[in-house]
Amino acid sequence: MSTPTTTTTARQPPGTWVLGVRRVRIELLQFVRDRESAFFTMILPVLLLVVFGSAFSGEVAPGVSFSQYFLAGMLASGIVYTTFQNLAITIPQDRDVGTLKRLQGTPMPKASYFIGKVGLALVIYVVQVVAMMAVGVVLFDVRLPTDPFDWWTFTWVSLLGLTCCTLLGIAFSGLVRSGRGAPALVSPVVLVLQFTSGVFFTYDELPPWMQQMAALFPLKWLCQGMRSVFLPDAFQRQELAGSWEFGRTALILSAWAVVAAVLALRFFRWQRRDET
Amino acid sequence: MAGDTAAVEVRGLLKRYGERTAVDGVDLEVAPGEVFALLGPNGAGKTTTVEILEGYRARDAGEVTVLGHDPAHPTPAWRARIGIVLQSVTDLSELTVAETVHHFAGYYPQPRDPDEVIATVGLTEKAGQRTRLLSGGQRRRLDVGLGILGRPELLFLDEPTTGFDPAARRLFWDLVESLAREGTTIVLTTHYLEEAERLADRVAVIADGRILEVATPAALGGRQQAHATVSWTDRDGVRRSVRTAEPTRTVAELAGTFDGEIPDLSVTRPTLEDTYLAMVGEQ
Repeated sequence: MSTPTTTTTARQPPGTWVLGVRRVRIELLQFVRDRESAFFTMILPVLLLVVFGSAFSGEVAPGVSFSQYFLAGMLASGIVYTTFQNLAITIPQDRDVGTLKRLQGTPMPKASYFIGKVGLALVIYVVQVVAMMAVGVVLFDVRLPTDPFDWWTFTWVSLLGLTCCTLLGIAFSGLVRSGRGAPALVSPVVLVLQFTSGVFFTYDELPPWMQQMAALFPLKWLCQGMRSVFLPDAFQRQELAGSWEFGRTALILSAWAVVAAVLALRFFRWQRRDET
Repeated sequence: MAGDTAAVEVRGLLKRYGERTAVDGVDLEVAPGEVFALLGPNGAGKTTTVEILEGYRARDAGEVTVLGHDPAHPTPAWRARIGIVLQSVTDLSELTVAETVHHFAGYYPQPRDPDEVIATVGLTEKAGQRTRLLSGGQRRRLDVGLGILGRPELLFLDEPTTGFDPAARRLFWDLVESLAREGTTIVLTTHYLEEAERLADRVAVIADGRILEVATPAALGGRQQAHATVSWTDRDGVRRSVRTAEPTRTVAELAGTFDGEIPDLSVTRPTLEDTYLAMVGEQ
């Protein structure tokens, strides 16, 4: 009789990453089944693109349609929607309904929860990017870049922006008292930054104080990075600095990511304030 | 009870919220395999005490060990040994029962079979249903299922049957009793006295953050020694009753005077509820 190695000792539960990936699936299932949140995060940006693209048909520069300009801004906004806005609203909701408390009471590694949230944001972002580009191309004759360098810029700006805005969303979630009040606190922040960062209007036409204020926050740099991808190189003369400022963009987004990481560690809460 | 083998040991537990002292010097000991109920009015400190034991809240003073570990510093290995059924959580609403239980099984080193757990809590027919469509009782049974999924040595049940209809409560009690028979230590908070009486080996009554008494349900507040009340209807149709330490003698004497059946006879002792209300009412 052969005796295979029997496992009588406690089996190790799956690791942080395996559970994190499983949480991505769970988060996705909940996201697509919750129609309001799916609409708010997924459809709204595409709808805005259609409405603004149809309403403003002029050119922002010779040969550059408003739609072309607006798509760059909306892709940058998409980063903020899927990470900052989404997390700053859904984490307080998770806190309110007891998701966080329940998870805290299990042996699940805490990091798995965040892997789930980040994974969800990545999936939503990719779907949103594809949808917006498709709508831009089909409805508004937007030209997609052909130069690999532009796609490389698109990738690093996206990844750096997603990292930075994810951490900011986690930090902001700690300042929001309840899930119900979260959209009212978060949406104005996003909307004001969109107006001042040159999503809805061309940035160079905004008042200087507004430009300077917007330049303190990540969205302005995300927009500028996206403009470098979708607008002709000649357009960079219209930027304030007269160039796309890749180095400065990377630096400022990285600095924000570091600050946001510190803030996230400081402010994130597993429980409602009245429970500790 | 040997101190070093207790499942839960609490000495001088203190918790303040600002000016208010929610838990004011609580001592408790729960033996392995015991079903222990914490009774008390709302705001008495039940949930605060239990959430400190569960590792959710920090304490201000006192010594606490839960399964030999300080819950102020929870580790995944310790978490794997306890099960928690929280009060009023409404999460997971868009997942089905099966998705939820199968997913949570992945968090534990030696989980029970998820489908068996679903059957144990009587939700097999609802396995494919979204959680938000479950009734209150079904939802609570799912919570219990998730609580027992990791084969916990110690299970916390915080007001588990609030809002249940009587039939659902009976089913739930059967489930808790079968867990207790398997050797699971259970710490239960409730404000249903009949629940404590049916399930608990011992009950602790807590009010204003202090333990008033710890005893078996039968002995709480000296119930066993309490005078009985013998009531009957006399020949003139008047309802009579006497409190006595010797109800048997009273009934025998009555039987003699009535020469047969005693009209409307009843012999009662204070219920757990009477005793409890008298205790917390004195506060």
